[in-house]
Amino acid sequence: MRKALARQRLIACTLFAALAFNAPLLWLFDAAVAVFGVPLVFLFMFGIWAAVIAVLAWIVESGFR
Amino acid sequence: MLSSSVIVGASFAYLVVLFGVALYGDRRADAGRSLISNPWVYALSLAVYCTAWTYYGSVGRAATSGLGFLPVYLGPTLVMGVSWLVLLKMVRISKAYRITSIADFIASRYGKSRLLASMVTLVAVIGIVPYIALQLKAVSSEYVLLTGAHPGSSGDWYRDTALYMALVLAAFTMIFGTRHLDATERHEGMVAAIAFESIVKLIAFLAVGVMATYFIYDGWEDLFVRAAISPDLSSLLSLDVAGSKADWFALTVLSALAFLMLPRQFQIAVVENVDERHLKRATWLFPLYLLLINIFVLPIALGGMLRFPSDVIDPDSFVLTLPLAEGYSTLTLLAFIGGLSAATSMVIVETIALSTMVCNDLVMPLLLSSPRFRRWAPHDLTGLLLLIRRGAIVVILLLGYLYFRLAGQAYALVSIGLISFAAVVQFAPALLGGMYWRGATRNGAVAGLAAGFGVWLYTLLLPSFAKSGWLPMAFVESGVFGIELLMPEKLFGFGDVNATTHALFWSMFANIGAFVAVSLWRPPTAVEAGQASVFVDILKREPRGAARFWRGQAKIDDLLALLARFLGAERVRVNFSAYANSQGVEQIEDLQADGDLVHFAETQLAGAIGSVSARVMIASVVQEETLGIEEVMNILDEASQVRAYSRELEEKSQALQAATEDLRAANERLQELDRVKDDFMSSVTHELRTPLTSIRAFSELLLDDPKIDLAERKRFLGIIVEETERLTRLVNQVLDLAKIESGHAQWHDTDVDLIDLIEHVATTAGQLVRNRQAELALVLPPAVTVLRVDRDRLIQVLTNLIGNAARFVPEHEGVVRVVLSESETGVRVDVCDNGPGIPQDAQGEIFEKFRQASGSGGKPTGTGLGLPISREIIEHFGGTLWVTSEPGHGAVFSFELPQKLAVSASEMGEPT
Repeated sequence: MRKALARQRLIACTLFAALAFNAPLLWLFDAAVAVFGVPLVFLFMFGIWAAVIAVLAWIVESGFR
Repeated sequence: MLSSSVIVGASFAYLVVLFGVALYGDRRADAGRSLISNPWVYALSLAVYCTAWTYYGSVGRAATSGLGFLPVYLGPTLVMGVSWLVLLKMVRISKAYRITSIADFIASRYGKSRLLASMVTLVAVIGIVPYIALQLKAVSSEYVLLTGAHPGSSGDWYRDTALYMALVLAAFTMIFGTRHLDATERHEGMVAAIAFESIVKLIAFLAVGVMATYFIYDGWEDLFVRAAISPDLSSLLSLDVAGSKADWFALTVLSALAFLMLPRQFQIAVVENVDERHLKRATWLFPLYLLLINIFVLPIALGGMLRFPSDVIDPDSFVLTLPLAEGYSTLTLLAFIGGLSAATSMVIVETIALSTMVCNDLVMPLLLSSPRFRRWAPHDLTGLLLLIRRGAIVVILLLGYLYFRLAGQAYALVSIGLISFAAVVQFAPALLGGMYWRGATRNGAVAGLAAGFGVWLYTLLLPSFAKSGWLPMAFVESGVFGIELLMPEKLFGFGDVNATTHALFWSMFANIGAFVAVSLWRPPTAVEAGQASVFVDILKREPRGAARFWRGQAKIDDLLALLARFLGAERVRVNFSAYANSQGVEQIEDLQADGDLVHFAETQLAGAIGSVSARVMIASVVQEETLGIEEVMNILDEASQVRAYSRELEEKSQALQAATEDLRAANERLQELDRVKDDFMSSVTHELRTPLTSIRAFSELLLDDPKIDLAERKRFLGIIVEETERLTRLVNQVLDLAKIESGHAQWHDTDVDLIDLIEHVATTAGQLVRNRQAELALVLPPAVTVLRVDRDRLIQVLTNLIGNAARFVPEHEGVVRVVLSESETGVRVDVCDNGPGIPQDAQGEIFEKFRQASGSGGKPTGTGLGLPISREIIEHFGGTLWVTSEPGHGAVFSFELPQKLAVSASEMGEPT
């Protein structure tokens, strides 16, 4: 049961990542705005990437057999 | 500049370390303590994905297209997220059927087709050899850049570093890639070395990144702010230069598919996988690796562009030139070694994967089908097999080197990274389609691969040749025969995207289209249907797998002899003994030469020479019946029915188990009740016998001796009367309890005011207290809610509690307090004494029948039924009766009657 849940979570997480890594979502952050000097799109890109990895790690290490 | 001796020395030292790591890995594997059986090593070895093209090329791409280099790494991240969906299936299939290359995988799925196996091999070689050349070029040109020597591709061939590098790598690959013929085709030492190289390249790249960001510039903010105000660089900070949204998306898809289809990734992720559970951690660890190796790409590119005047230095070499220009020579050397490790790891794994394919899927089938070879072949073929493998390794590496010499700085070599990706992606429809779609056929796969490869050749490879000056540019600029619709980079007028996206779209369109259309043209043949079910249903339980589809006759000796030719007699005996043991047979000779055994032999052979050749060889020593499609379908139907039945059976057995559990619980409860009844009976009998015995004893005394004096006689008679009363009381209480418990008791509910009731009991039961010279104190509120309860029963309870208290208080200074109180939940009565109290562990017991605490005299004085009856009564009204006590500080027996017993206002005063 837990395994099936973990699989669904992995799919959902991957789908979200696929959406976030592409148009139009990614281009929404392509603005001439800098946060602490770092361009917003750079921050968004790597931030989402890191977050997705963290969520994958959590799913896989806690729920999967 | 660094001296060439330093660089060559360091490179040589690095390669020696690499040999050492690989040797250690192999030693550990031989000793049975695998070094690579570890999810971390597995995830790190997957990073063979990051080649010199990543190491140097990403920075170069970032210098022109900003974040445009990233989709190449986002694709694999997404694939790893669903690795259990795709990769796990590939691993399972490959393990079950000893598949050792991607060509073998695809050919196996479509009925072990020789045509398909050789096609896949050829496409892979054509697509990958230039990629190997690119790795050699990267190392060679960075070496030239650091030493200031002549570029390798124009100098004398014997002074070319790339040649020596190719030779060293060929030696490494031969040593660790073909050390022995193994039915699993796994190379532990090689994997250990690859994982080690992954660490080296990551550390080197991160070191350069940290240097560029924090030592040359003042951190991220400084770097980005400087770039933002520079007119040339500000555009790199946005997605404007990263290409169109379609290109971005296409590159993500391309890299995701290539990540699964590249021969080196298949080798590492599938063939070298030790334990499929390692995939679990790699799911997040490998994407993390990709993130880390990419995070400094843009900073290094920006740093280089800010540091050097434009167009002086190729951005591809910023990783080296930036530390060099700043005078960090050790770091420069480390960066060079990092690039070397990225290039060598790719070359080693790719060469092993390609040589396995060339040997098993191209050369062996050709040799084995030639009658002349059969006549002249030596009996023991293991040596020949290794020779072919090693020959293939040398040929592939030399081809790579040759291509590098010929192509040099040509566009065709520089742009090969993505061209190569697009070539291997042509395997995706046949491979992925074959894993999930039963209807896919061999002809469909052949047609799809051919069409996709053709389009790839026309739209991507030939234009790259033209741009290198090897072909006239005319056909690129105006189309073949001047037909504009056929322009290779604007096929049918589709020209809004870059060449890679364009080629990916058209080749996939042709590939998938032909694959699906031709597959649907004719139904699958028997062999295809059998293999389809084996591949598609691998994750379901299927005990017999492919062996089900075999009918025929075989002799075990023939099989043994055949396998011994390819695997060596010793290894074959060991493997067959293990198989015999798993079948519960002692001797190999006693094995049944049935479908399972033939399948086992074929799988063993497939591990060494590929499934296509294995099929041919097995067929040559056994007599087989060809199964018709009807029979295969019947077997498949049967299997699915068996699956359905077994699922049903499982559900039923689960239900049965639950029922058994219930029954057992019920049985236990019954037994417990039985035991309680028995205890009760024996207790009652015992309690009845005590007074009876004393009555009988005193009566006999009186009967036997008529001369007893009057006083004595009076005393005896008193005892007899007392015991009779006790007996009566006991019998009454037993009957009473039985009645209450069985629900046959009569209840006469009336309106009861507890204040009245307690005062009444105080006068009657008070005598018991006064008999012990103790004091009875009442603490009553002015009024409480009138309850509708059985008055006599409550009197019984109170009398009992007060009587109990009276028995336990010390004589003379005893105090029994009865406290009445009312709360929102109910009306509560506490009967407190200042007796010895009740130990914690006895507090539960005293409510059991015939259990009584010793009275102050040391001897039980009650019947042992008072408290159980009281509790039954209180619980009958929905209340609770409990005790709180600390030993030495008296005991408090309390009961609470719930408010719902309250007589509602309308009923007040009505006759009952």
